Amino acid sequence: MTQSDQYNFAYLDEQTKRMIRRALLKALAVPGYQVPFASREMPMPYGWGTGGVQVSAAVLTPEDRLKVIDQGADDTTNAVSIRKFFEKTARVETTGHTVEATVIQTRHRIPEEPLGEGQILVYQVPIPEPLRFLEPRETETRKMHALEEYGLMHVKLYEDIARHGEIATAYAYPVKVEGRYVMDPSPIPKFDNPKMEMAAIQLFGAGREQRIYAVPPYSRVESLDFEDHPFCASKADHPCALCGALDSYLDEVIMDDDGGRMFVCSDTDYCAARQAAGHLGAMAASDGQEERR
Amino acid sequence: MDDVTNQALAGGFQDAPCEAARAFRAILDAMARPGRIHPVTGVRPPAPLSVAAGTVLLVLADGTTPVHLAGACDTPQLRQWLTFHTGAPIVRREEAAFAVGRWAELMPLESYRIGVPDYPDRSATLIVELDALADTGARLTGPGIRTEHRLDLPETSALRANAALFPLGVDFIFTAGGRLAALPRTTCVEDA
Repeated sequence: MTQSDQYNFAYLDEQTKRMIRRALLKALAVPGYQVPFASREMPMPYGWGTGGVQVSAAVLTPEDRLKVIDQGADDTTNAVSIRKFFEKTARVETTGHTVEATVIQTRHRIPEEPLGEGQILVYQVPIPEPLRFLEPRETETRKMHALEEYGLMHVKLYEDIARHGEIATAYAYPVKVEGRYVMDPSPIPKFDNPKMEMAAIQLFGAGREQRIYAVPPYSRVESLDFEDHPFCASKADHPCALCGALDSYLDEVIMDDDGGRMFVCSDTDYCAARQAAGHLGAMAASDGQEERR
Repeated sequence: MDDVTNQALAGGFQDAPCEAARAFRAILDAMARPGRIHPVTGVRPPAPLSVAAGTVLLVLADGTTPVHLAGACDTPQLRQWLTFHTGAPIVRREEAAFAVGRWAELMPLESYRIGVPDYPDRSATLIVELDALADTGARLTGPGIRTEHRLDLPETSALRANAALFPLGVDFIFTAGGRLAALPRTTCVEDA
């Protein structure tokens, strides 16, 4: 029973959770379509994942194990504070390990480890409307989605090619879901786009913009491209300096004032697991101790 | 208190935040993986409503969601129970966000809200009471389904007509006893 000196389970009141839950079900029924919802004030500023937090609060059960990542890392401010928020308000277990988590809230990455059927990935979304920077009026973009009028997006990608010789969009690369709605995958690197065809449920929450959208498991998610300029999921062309991984997305870390730099896995759990399994990169600690986590 | 009032007050969640959260996860997973059957518990609605249908309504309905009680579901006991626990207005099918009843009583589908092109989410969700749920019968494919799922459905032609309206259309939650399965408008339904 809920007592007066405690938070309601997962912070939000039941009326709010019902409203979000109804939006989530309609979002799954119309994949990629942005469902408006009455986003609440949360005890953190907009831009800190209030959309993702509200979606997580609406889907969490007491039995869940929550993982929160910020650009792939479990140990950065945003991830730590959201994890603590749910430890306090929902008293759920938390974890840093992707495989152990049942709900993963993420800011701008998809974990390297493939997600399974028992998992839900909740994205924090800043600007949910992929057409917003091409057409600022909500009334117009809504009509464009209704009419499936996405020519403007292809013009933008074409102008990229005309100007730079290739599609220069490197993150928040627009996708088309199940051949119908063009969707912003949130600012994940385009390296992560192909992973969006996954076994887990993907839910997207934009708190400031008051939108919820979703991609059901095994849905078709195509990155927009042209026949003569096919989509390419690129990453920095280096191995991870700590774990030697060649297949993971890398962060560039500036080491000193003389241009020294290293490339390390953005997914800290993936990197740590590889190091623990004995994979060491060029700059790994020689005694085999984990330096980063 | 008389018996009718007593019945209206009873049968809700004992611990609403946690029980509703667990039930919603089942509904969410059902809607994400059409045809997959999930158990739900926590609510004891008055007859003839099933445990699963009652649970869905208490998890999702409130004062902002008009509910239509179709056919034999429209009893004074059920009206009182739903009003007490959710505050949802009981309305005609044309205005409903949720409609509950047996398949024949819920028909025809044309009378429900299917959303508008700008807002396809503004459509009804039908809670269809069945005698039993079985993962045999009609072949389901589409988003949320890896290869195919099977679900014993009361009819397939009306569901196909509904799917053809995509992105508009209604969504379904099939209930029997303490179990449910969902069928969003995206699912392609073929006879077995």
